[in-house]
Parts: sequence; structure tokens; C-alpha cells
Amino acid sequence: MAQLFPRSFNNLSHASIYVALVLAAISIWLAVELAKSDYVTGVGTPLEQPVQFSHKHHVSDDGIDCRYCHSTVEKTDFAGIPSTETCMTCHSDLWQTSPILEPVRTSYQTNTSIQWQRVYRLPDFVFFNHSIHINKGIGCSTCHGRVDQMPLVYQFTALRMDWCLDCHRAPQTSIRPRSEIFNMEWTPGADQTRRGNELMRDYGIAPADRLTDCYTCHR
Amino acid sequence: MCRRSGHSIVVLVVAFAGIMTLCGCSYDMSVQPSYRTLARSDFFSDERSARPLTIGTVATAKRDSGGGIPFPLTIELLQQGRERFDIFCSPCHGRLGNGEGMVVQRGFSRPPSFHLERLKSVPDSHYFEVITHGIGRMWPYGNRTSVSDRWAISGYIRVLQFSQAAPLSAVPPDELENLRKEQ
Ligand code: HEC
Ligand code: HEC
Ligand code: HEC
Ligand code: HEC
Ligand code: HEC
Ligand code: HEC
Repeated sequence: MAQLFPRSFNNLSHASIYVALVLAAISIWLAVELAKSDYVTGVGTPLEQPVQFSHKHHVSDDGIDCRYCHSTVEKTDFAGIPSTETCMTCHSDLWQTSPILEPVRTSYQTNTSIQWQRVYRLPDFVFFNHSIHINKGIGCSTCHGRVDQMPLVYQFTALRMDWCLDCHRAPQTSIRPRSEIFNMEWTPGADQTRRGNELMRDYGIAPADRLTDCYTCHR
Repeated sequence: MCRRSGHSIVVLVVAFAGIMTLCGCSYDMSVQPSYRTLARSDFFSDERSARPLTIGTVATAKRDSGGGIPFPLTIELLQQGRERFDIFCSPCHGRLGNGEGMVVQRGFSRPPSFHLERLKSVPDSHYFEVITHGIGRMWPYGNRTSVSDRWAISGYIRVLQFSQAAPLSAVPPDELENLRKEQ
């Protein structure tokens, strides 16, 4: 009986092994890249919230300080999410019949919580603390972007480990004077390297090997 | 014989690798059973993990200061007061305490100016009490300001009252120069 496959097929079958390997490698690479992409991490896309709360109106147009609502950000790990009562300090007498604020009034009258969706969320095995960053000269806009211009908050970064580490290796590139922490318009100036190194000394920032120790964030 | 055991080793290795890979898919450590601050709870009927004070809780801190500020009036205290005033009070009372804040311009009821005789003559503790408990249309701010913040704000209101009616002789000489230039 004649052979079904000619001899040259041996090469082809060898080649197909390598092609399969290359394909596998490419698909792993694709999967990793996809997992990092904004499409999967949700960076840049606002969430559906129970109330269409606009930071742009409250911060830029009305000049309200972040700490009026996120009042524990300087003192504790948690920045604080405003209670219904905090909204009512103004909305008891302002837009008090507006249908868009109905969930806030219902929450107040029935003593139930407004269930805001978390925009930023670290896995539970990561330890994070706002107060140390605020007190050592890292401003809100460095990590959260121009919140004052967001009608609805969206993720500015995906909070990946390499993002934290990039800064912990060289905080002098983003450190600012304490008086500028809540200034949303602050950007590093031309002399940031010199100013940054000065501030690092003034604030007594720990050396990079201490800040990149696994134990710093996984405890 | 030898071939057989070779096979089972391969099977074992593949199975082990597969199980280890599947272990990696577990997200147990990402979402742990402990509550994060203000997280939703399925256990309590009001769905809150943050629990209120038990009924019958008694405050033990001493509150009566006899009307005055129970801290030494230092420049640091006044600066703390200025910072907290600008955060919590200026939206309505304005940075000068004249009641012209941004939220008032958007339609909130106008609060009285701090430069009225009536509000100049009240004791410091009146401000402390108003911040703690609110008054009329103004809601309480005691839940977001510490005791020292509230006294510091009271002190800073005195600074505003003085600054809006200060005589020229109270201006430091180097500042006087700037003031003249502006006029
Ligand atoms: C009037 C109250 C108010 C003020 C002022 C305010 N916020 Fe918010 N903020 C909220 C509320 C309510 C939410 C939750 C709803 C949402 O995500 O939009 C929130 C959410 C956020 C979040 C997302 C939190 C998360 O993970 O879900 C960030 C970040 C944030 N605010 C930053 C800021 C910064 C920075 C400022 C100052 C420039 C500021 N906020 C001022 C009320 C306020
Ligand atoms: C310090 C006062 C103040 C507080 C506190 C406040 N708001 Fe407002 N809010 C305003 C003002 C002023 C406007 C009118 C905005 C404008 O016209 O610029 C407004 C408007 C709104 C609107 C109408 C739509 C819009 O954005 O213009 C919504 C919704 C709203 N606020 C939700 C909230 C919620 C939810 C909270 C609590 C987290 C809250 N506000 C806390 C002052 C406040
Ligand atoms: C070093 C980066 C960094 C800086 C600076 C920073 N944040 Fe955050 N913020 C985060 C991270 C990370 C989270 C998510 C925390 C979590 O999941 O536990 C977060 C969460 C939040 C939340 C949601 C509530 C919470 O605490 O989990 C709010 C509100 C918020 N930030 C507001 C602010 C404000 C206002 C400032 C400026 C005063 C600020 N942040 C500065 C990184 C930062
Ligand atoms: C833009 C810069 C920057 C980013 C981004 C940043 N950090 Fe930091 N972090 C700092 C600085 C500066 C300090 C203060 C170091 C010191 O006090 O010596 C700090 C301190 C800390 C500390 C306390 C360290 C100690 O003293 O034990 C923790 C925990 C921490 N960061 C966690 C995180 C995590 C988790 C992330 C990512 C989600 C993150 N940080 C992102 C700059 C940053
Ligand atoms: C500056 C803070 C920081 C330091 C230091 C740090 N990590 Fe992480 N780590 C994180 C954050 C944030 C995440 C969550 C990343 C995510 O959700 O994508 C994480 C996630 C992880 C994960 C889970 C895998 C993943 O990517 O989701 C492992 C494993 C890990 N870290 C190991 C380490 C080891 C080992 C070290 C020491 C060499 C270390 N980390 C140091 C912040 C840190
Ligand atoms: C949301 C707007 C708003 C904010 C913010 C606010 N107030 Fe008021 N305040 C008012 C209004 C309105 C009144 C008039 C109350 C009335 O008589 O109905 C008032 C009245 C007062 C009075 C006069 C009480 C009297 O005897 O007549 C004082 C003192 C005062 N506020 C202090 C403060 C301080 C201090 C803060 C900051 C911690 C503050 N307020 C924040 C709106 C506000």
C-alpha cells in the first residue's frame, strides 16, 4: 500500500510543534496584556452609582474642600465616604425637591445607607494607609487624577503593585510641599529633582529598600 | 514494567501541576471575611458593619469650660482654626465670616455675619456649642471636627472679628507699607 503522507511531511510535523509553542507563548502574553488593559481593569470608566454625584460641580464650581466629605483622610488609613447627613447639611436647604436627590432624602428619612460602589479597591491582602501619604507630601491628584474635573469618578490607575513600587523606589519625583496636597492643579516643576530631594530630607522619608520591602504592604 | 512506572510519574506530575495551577485561581485572599471600613454586612439587619453606640452610652469627657477657650491661645491653634474654618464653615459663612459663602450664592439660606454686635458679645463657648449641635438651619459639625478643632475654630472667628474692624495702629509696620501701596 502506498504511503499516505510523503516524507516531506516529517518536517512539517516537526515545525508544527514549534508553531504550537510559539502560539501558546503568544496567547499567554496576550492574556497578560489583556489583564493589564483598561478594558479589564476598568480604568477610565465611571461606575453606575445610586446618585449621580458630581465632583466637578461640588469641588470646582462650589469650591468645597475634599475634607468636608472625606474628613478622615489626614488622620486614618481610610479616606472616609460622606454620610447621608453630610449631604443633608447642604441639601436640606438646597435642591431639596430635586428628583435627582430623592435617594439621599429617602436614605435620611428611612435611616438606611446609600450603597456607593467602590471605584478603587485593593485586594484584602494589601495594606494601605492614606494618612502616611498625605502627611509625607503625596497629593490626591498624584494617585486619583483630576477628581475636580470628573462629573463621575473613574479609576485613574489600576493600583497594580508595580505602580506602588515605582513611587516607593523614587518618591522624590512626586513629593510636594504639604500646603499643596489638596491643590488639584499641582504638577512637578522644572526643579522637582532638587525640591523633591529637599522634601525627602525634611519629611524624613525612609530609604527605598525599607519602602519596597514586601512587609511594608503585605503584613 | 519500567515503562509503566514512567507513565504514572508523568501522570502524577501533570496532575500535580494542574492542581497547583487551579490553586492559583482562588481569590480567597483577595476577599477575606473580615470587614473593611464601612463595608456592607449581611449579618446585621441594617446591612451596616459599622455599629452604632449601644443605647445608654454615657459621655464621660468634661465639657464645661466656663465660657472661654480651655487651651492656651497659640499661633498654631489659630492656624489650625483657620484651616478647619476654611474647610467646614467657609462654604456658607465665607472666608471672612460675612455670610457670603459660595453655597449661599447657590441658594442656601444666608447665615448671619460674625461681625454683628450680638455675635461679637457671645462667649467663645457659644461657637463651640453651635458647631457641636448646630442651630436653626445649620446642621451639627461635631461628628467631623475634634474637640480641639472646635475650640480652634472659635478662636479663629475672634481673629476674623478683630481683623474686620482692626484699627490702623494694630497693623505691623512692615505690613503697613503693603497696605498703603494697595490703596
Ligand atoms: C460634597 C462631598 C464631596 C467632596 C467635597 C469630595 N468628595 Fe470625593 N466622593 C464623595 C462621594 C459621595 C463619593 C462616593 C461616590 C462616587 O464614587 O462618586 C466620593 C468618591 C471619591 C473617590 C472614589 C472612592 C472610591 O474608591 O469609591 C475619590 C478618589 C474621591 N472621592 C476623591 C475626592 C477628592 C480628591 C476630593 C477633593 C478634590 C473630593 N473627593 C471631594 C463626596 C465628596
Ligand atoms: C457644602 C454644600 C454641599 C454638600 C455637603 C453637598 N452638596 Fe450637592 N450640591 C451643592 C450645590 C451648591 C449644588 C448646586 C451645584 C451647582 O449648581 O453648581 C449641588 C448639587 C447637587 C446635585 C445636583 C446635580 C449637580 O451635580 O449639579 C446632586 C445630585 C448633589 N448635589 C448630590 C450631593 C450628594 C450625594 C452629597 C453628599 C455626598 C452632596 N451633594 C453634598 C452643595 C452641596
Ligand atoms: C498614594 C496614593 C494615594 C493618595 C496620595 C491618595 N489616595 Fe485615596 N486611595 C488610594 C488607594 C490605593 C485607595 C484604595 C484603598 C483600598 O482599597 O483600601 C484609595 C481610596 C480612596 C477613597 C475610597 C475610600 C477609602 O479610603 O478606601 C477615597 C474617598 C479617597 N481615596 C480619597 C482620597 C483623597 C481625598 C486624597 C487626598 C487627600 C487621596 N485619596 C489621596 C490611593 C491614594
Ligand atoms: C506617588 C508616590 C506613592 C505611591 C503611588 C504609593 N506610595 Fe506608599 N508611600 C509613599 C511615601 C512618600 C511614603 C512615606 C514613606 C515614609 O514615611 O518613610 C509611603 C508610605 C507607605 C506605607 C507606610 C510605610 C511604612 O512606613 O511602614 C505603606 C503601607 C504604603 N506606602 C503603601 C502603598 C501602597 C499599597 C501603594 C499602592 C496602592 C502605595 N503605597 C503607593 C509614596 C507613594
Ligand atoms: C508598595 C507596596 C507593595 C510592596 C512593597 C509589595 N507589594 Fe505585592 N502587591 C501590592 C499590591 C497593591 C498588590 C495588588 C496588585 C493587584 O491587585 O493587581 C500586590 C500583589 C501581590 C501579589 C499577588 C499577585 C498579583 O500580582 O496580584 C503577590 C504574590 C505579591 N504582591 C508579592 C509581593 C512580594 C514577594 C513583595 C516583596 C518583594 C511585594 N509583593 C511587595 C503592593 C506591594
Ligand atoms: C451649610 C451652610 C453652613 C455651614 C457649612 C456652616 N454654617 Fe453656621 N450657620 C448657617 C446658617 C444658615 C445659620 C443661621 C441659622 C439659623 O438661625 O437658622 C448659621 C448660624 C451660625 C452661627 C450663629 C448662631 C447664632 O447664635 O445666631 C454661628 C456662630 C455659626 N453658624 C458658626 C458656624 C461654624 C463655626 C461653622 C463651621 C464649623 C459653620 N457655622 C458652618 C449655615 C452654615
